[in-house]
Amino acid sequence: MSPLTALLARGPGAPPLWRPAPRPGEASWLTDRRREATRWAEGHGFPTTKHEDWRYTRLDDLLEIPFEPAGPASSAAEVADEVAAEVAAGLGPHAGGPRLVFVNGHLVAERPEAAGPAPGAQVGSLARALEQTAWSERLQSLWAPARAGYDHAFRALNDALAADGAFIVVPAGCAVERPIELVFVSASGGPPVLASPRSVVLAGPESQVRVVEVYAGAGEGPVLTNAFTQVVVGPGASVSHYKVQAEGTSSFHLSSLEVRPAEASRFSSWLVALGGRVARHEVGVRLGAPGAAVSLDGLFLPAGSQHHDNPVRVDHMAANCTSHQLYKGIMADQASGVFNGHVVVHEGSLGTDAHQVNKNLLLSEHAQAYTRPRLEIFADDVACTHGAAVGHLDDDALFYLRSRGIPEARARALLVGGFAEEVLARLPAGPLEAYARALVRARLGAEEGSGRPSEAP
Amino acid sequence: MTTTLDGAQVAELASREYQYGFVSDIDTDLAPKGLSEDVIRLISEKKEEPGWLLQWRLNAYRHWLTMAEPTWQNVTYGPVDYNDIIYYAAPKASKKKPSSLDEVDPELRAMFDKLGISLAEQERLTGVAVDAVVDSVSVATTFQRELAKVGVIFCSMSEAVRRYPDLVRAYLGSVVPYRDNFFATLNSAVFTDGSFCYVPKGVRCPMELSTYFRINAAGTGQFERTLIVAEDGASVSYLEGCTAPMRDDNQLHAAVVELVAMEGASIKYSTVQNWYPGDADGKGGIYNFVTKRGRCAGAGSKISWTQVETGSAVTWKYPGVVLQGEGSVGEFYSVALSAHHQQADTGTKMVHIGKGTRSTIVSKAISAGQGQNTYRGLVKVLRSAEGARNHTRCDSLLIGPRCGAHTFPYIEVKHPSAQVEHEATTSKVSEDQLFYCRQRGISEEEATSMIVNGFCREVFRELPMEFAVEAQRLLSVSLEGAVG
Repeated sequence: MSPLTALLARGPGAPPLWRPAPRPGEASWLTDRRREATRWAEGHGFPTTKHEDWRYTRLDDLLEIPFEPAGPASSAAEVADEVAAEVAAGLGPHAGGPRLVFVNGHLVAERPEAAGPAPGAQVGSLARALEQTAWSERLQSLWAPARAGYDHAFRALNDALAADGAFIVVPAGCAVERPIELVFVSASGGPPVLASPRSVVLAGPESQVRVVEVYAGAGEGPVLTNAFTQVVVGPGASVSHYKVQAEGTSSFHLSSLEVRPAEASRFSSWLVALGGRVARHEVGVRLGAPGAAVSLDGLFLPAGSQHHDNPVRVDHMAANCTSHQLYKGIMADQASGVFNGHVVVHEGSLGTDAHQVNKNLLLSEHAQAYTRPRLEIFADDVACTHGAAVGHLDDDALFYLRSRGIPEARARALLVGGFAEEVLARLPAGPLEAYARALVRARLGAEEGSGRPSEAP
Repeated sequence: MTTTLDGAQVAELASREYQYGFVSDIDTDLAPKGLSEDVIRLISEKKEEPGWLLQWRLNAYRHWLTMAEPTWQNVTYGPVDYNDIIYYAAPKASKKKPSSLDEVDPELRAMFDKLGISLAEQERLTGVAVDAVVDSVSVATTFQRELAKVGVIFCSMSEAVRRYPDLVRAYLGSVVPYRDNFFATLNSAVFTDGSFCYVPKGVRCPMELSTYFRINAAGTGQFERTLIVAEDGASVSYLEGCTAPMRDDNQLHAAVVELVAMEGASIKYSTVQNWYPGDADGKGGIYNFVTKRGRCAGAGSKISWTQVETGSAVTWKYPGVVLQGEGSVGEFYSVALSAHHQQADTGTKMVHIGKGTRSTIVSKAISAGQGQNTYRGLVKVLRSAEGARNHTRCDSLLIGPRCGAHTFPYIEVKHPSAQVEHEATTSKVSEDQLFYCRQRGISEEEATSMIVNGFCREVFRELPMEFAVEAQRLLSVSLEGAVG
């Protein structure tokens, strides 16, 4: 059985996925693209560890599960509501920005901005936008034709299956003051579910917007979240993207964030990853116009037998762009973490300034770290650096703290917390920061309970 | 194709041929073009090899037939027709072995002199024992007697196979097994000669050992095999230098170097590689696809690779160290220059197995013209390697807008007490430094050469003195015409 068939093993009577039926009211281009994408996925198959970008991430378990694409009405919707409420509570007395809640990739609740939306700004469902002719045409360019190729079959699968997600438009010169919160709940009452949310952020020239994506899980059954977010940053615009991935450990999370910054724009992304049995968060930035700057940060904390993979690719294709990456991993128990950074400076991209840093902390004897910071440079007037490190807690620092009467568990927590702080500190103060800190603290606190790594079996 | 024989039959047949001795009455200096079991038998026959070695070659060949040429490397080159290569070539002078330098073919000596590596001068001035390999057969071996006094065996691989078969058999393929990779397997099947060095227990080799490989008959690939074994507490420093005359055809060079260091032993292996890189348009040049690996088998052993790679159209090699012994040390120092259309995909592999093993990697890559330079390194810390330590530093220098420098480190850590660091920078020659030099009347080319040499100093420092001088000169010569 081919992996694709295994993944999409379907019940009797279900329409064959490789020829998706047009959805009611769907534009014909979309039907075509979806069909092309399925065909592409079928033709190329799912990535294996033989693929350089998937070298350390085994998908065998995942491909054995017969996932079923999620429909708009989910049986687990009620559980999901609870989780959404929990997340909302965690995000605290919220900042008053708009909030959308999705269950398995479909919008279930939305709360508009308390103070009324910024003039011209739009925050809503992608499914709805696709129904409107004007937006549908605009969105067509974001569904790349299959002939352009996909990075891997999961991207193609999202193109084929995505029906809904967030759709955010910020007009020129508009500054959306409060962060836009997107809560994605993956929920399964039993049968394995494949959720394919797709979100689009269109930031007009000189605009400003902050988008928060929170992924949480509910229910016992396995869910595969195959999410895709596209961000188009207009000239001189500034976009910040924050993502908290805290799904359950029975779910799989594969996501992709694609960014297209225009001239002199600013983009920053920030990730904290805690959940998922296998979680892969891919970031791809194509710096195609001069003077743009991007900053990509991440903190991943796999524990138990979790596996976290973080492929980050930045393509410098224009002059005078700056990119900065800081990814930190804290691996506990038998967990493994991967950083797979790739910076390509294309010919003619003079004045490029690219920096890439990955640091990993191994907390237990069986934790593993794989890091692969890659630089590919085809221009000479550039300054590029990368650094990677894998280590354990500094014994001297631990001794220093203990010699001052701090119990070992506390001392370790302090040091690990300090290690994480570098990334956490880059978050703007506010409810999101508090929420992220609480999650990280809870994760690291749980580590301390398991005793010294040297005593672990 | 010949009918397939089983292993025992082949071995029997091979040893019988050896018994009768075929070497003296073979006039042909070249094997027929192409690769087949017959060619391998011919090579083995000519070299008077024992049956087990022929069998080993044939095993490699049969395995090679099942392998596909790898494509993951970051270099491109035209397809290699393995049946258009002459796998064995012997220089005319090889029938009778010269006992001293005076007996060496004067034309060959003139060629050495032209290349600036006069055997006579080396012998007289530096006291370096030279085992010069011209097209697969050792032409001259010097200082052997001096070395023999302290028990060091240093001879050509063919001689070692004849005189010390047990030693060769014990270590050949112990670091790079014949199934290792496409080119190493090919080498195992057809290797013609190379150097063998054995340093017995507790002996410090009294002189630097050196071999010059040349490629001088058109259309012959070179498949060298080098094996260096240092017993407990022994130490040896080995230099390998390469130059090749101008040649239009692409020539494949697929050598294998194996190093074995026992307890407390240390091996230092230095290479200056300056094979024909092709002309300014990227035509011709050597394909240098080499497998080099050392095994720190004993506790506290040390293997150090130093390489200066300025030649070859395509260089593709990763001298590595398998750090098995507790507290063993691996080092890799490299300068790789790709100018004009040269391509290099080189780096190292450090595999930490033993407790407290340490490794250091310093790589300096220089790209000029349309050269493409890739550093690819693997640092792997296995679960058993408690307290392993690695530090990697790789810097790239870009000269000109059309060259490329790429860094692909792979770090895989499975023990929490390991400490692994990697840092890399890529930049061009600083405008300020150039301006400063030019202000003081130094031409741009000269200034660039100075800056590049300074950039590489960290690695040159690791080279034996005479090589350091040669390396600096090489770098300046190789950069000529690629700057400005």
